[in-house]
Amino acid sequence: MNNAVAEKRMSSLEKRKFYRNRRTKTILVAVFIFAALLGVYLSGILLSDDLITADFSQKALKPSLEHPFGTDMLGRDMLVRTLKGLSVSIVVGTVASGVSAVIALIVGAAAATGVSWLDHFINWVIDLVMGIPHTVLLILISFACGKGLKGVLIGVAVTHWTGLARIIRSEVLQIRSQQYIEVSKKLGHSSWWITVHHILPHMVPQFMIGLILMFPHAIMHESSLTFLGFGLSPEQPAIGIILSESMKYLSAGMWWLAFFPGLMLVILVLLFDRLGENLKKLMDPYSAQE
Amino acid sequence: MQIEGKNLSFRYGPKLPWVLKDVSLTVKEGERVGLVGPSGYGKSTLVRILAGYLKPEEGQVLLDGKPLPAKGVCPVQLIYQHPENAINPRWKMKKVLQESGMFREDIMGALGIEKDWLQRYPRELSGGELQRFCVARSLFPGTHFLFADEMSTMLDVITQAQIWDLMLKEVEARNLGLLMVTHNMELAKKICTRTINLEKMNHEMKI
Repeated sequence: MNNAVAEKRMSSLEKRKFYRNRRTKTILVAVFIFAALLGVYLSGILLSDDLITADFSQKALKPSLEHPFGTDMLGRDMLVRTLKGLSVSIVVGTVASGVSAVIALIVGAAAATGVSWLDHFINWVIDLVMGIPHTVLLILISFACGKGLKGVLIGVAVTHWTGLARIIRSEVLQIRSQQYIEVSKKLGHSSWWITVHHILPHMVPQFMIGLILMFPHAIMHESSLTFLGFGLSPEQPAIGIILSESMKYLSAGMWWLAFFPGLMLVILVLLFDRLGENLKKLMDPYSAQE
Repeated sequence: MQIEGKNLSFRYGPKLPWVLKDVSLTVKEGERVGLVGPSGYGKSTLVRILAGYLKPEEGQVLLDGKPLPAKGVCPVQLIYQHPENAINPRWKMKKVLQESGMFREDIMGALGIEKDWLQRYPRELSGGELQRFCVARSLFPGTHFLFADEMSTMLDVITQAQIWDLMLKEVEARNLGLLMVTHNMELAKKICTRTINLEKMNHEMKI
């Protein structure tokens, strides 16, 4: 009897020991998610284009073991198309939101340096970009930059930084008024040194969250641009193109054309979100202990 | 070396009442001055002006007859009342000392800073422990004057005694000028060579 209780306690202790270090667990989850995202990206790159050549003998098949996601009206395997589409989406999402977040960081930090005219000018530019309807601006920029992948990337990258730039500006202003910044100045450190060592580390969580929140936006805008014909060309297997194509066949009962690619897109976005949450826990000593 | 405030006047806005009016005082190296006075009479404001954190509206602050350096290392260092606000919460304590080049065994030994504190974040230390870091940080070779703005008010009496004991040893060994703000007359008597009552010096109250 006593033995059993002791054993039980031991095993629960061991279990706790395994889970106790949340930092290790968080790192493991983050690495796993990163590997999954990288896997999707690589599979999209590495799978040969021969796998999605049109084959009318295989057209409009329901999901089966051979074609887990079914096939479309041209007999192309939807699993391969979806993976390739997600791969393109990951590229567009990461590059565009990465560039956008870096712009936001630079602009936001510059606005908060205390130079009055610069602050006014940057706020004016932010109001200007925010004031123009988003899709119109995206179409204009993407069209001016020659459409295609390049046009979409530039268009999404230069229109998404405004909100994050405002947040970073106010955060920097708040940090700049702290006593330890005053002390650092009196210790003889330059404004640049203070920005790099004191202020930028405080921006990391905001930066990461902004980056992650931008990712789904970037993908949505990529697909909407593509849908409207100003984005990626129709022969590229982008998720936006797959989804807009599937709309035509949805009423004919071909649910798998929209369901699986849509589900995969949601999972992808959620994985990015979880990755960001884990990184935030690791980087922010405050929230890590809460 | 001496630091001199000449006819200092200050208010927090152009239409607000004067906080300080025509206040003059001098602190010499090796001197320990206590600044006392009721709450809201501008003690902290005066100290911040003398340390160069605020610009006086009238009058000037002179270090050996010249204005305080606006950039670079300042020979006047201020120690705040709340150390948890004066230390970057994202830095480990080792970096706090490294910031002023004071990551040195002798300083840490003199101020009773233990080695395992260095790997912690500020929120993992108590107020008294943090205040020692603030003192250690201010004691770099370029410092000639230490201004302490109620630096021990929020500590318990034992920690207060410890901090002041360590602080006085350093101040004496280096012949620093000390200006301390306090409400505690007994503490001021014990530590200072002279005390100044701001109530009597501040002409704002006499108008």
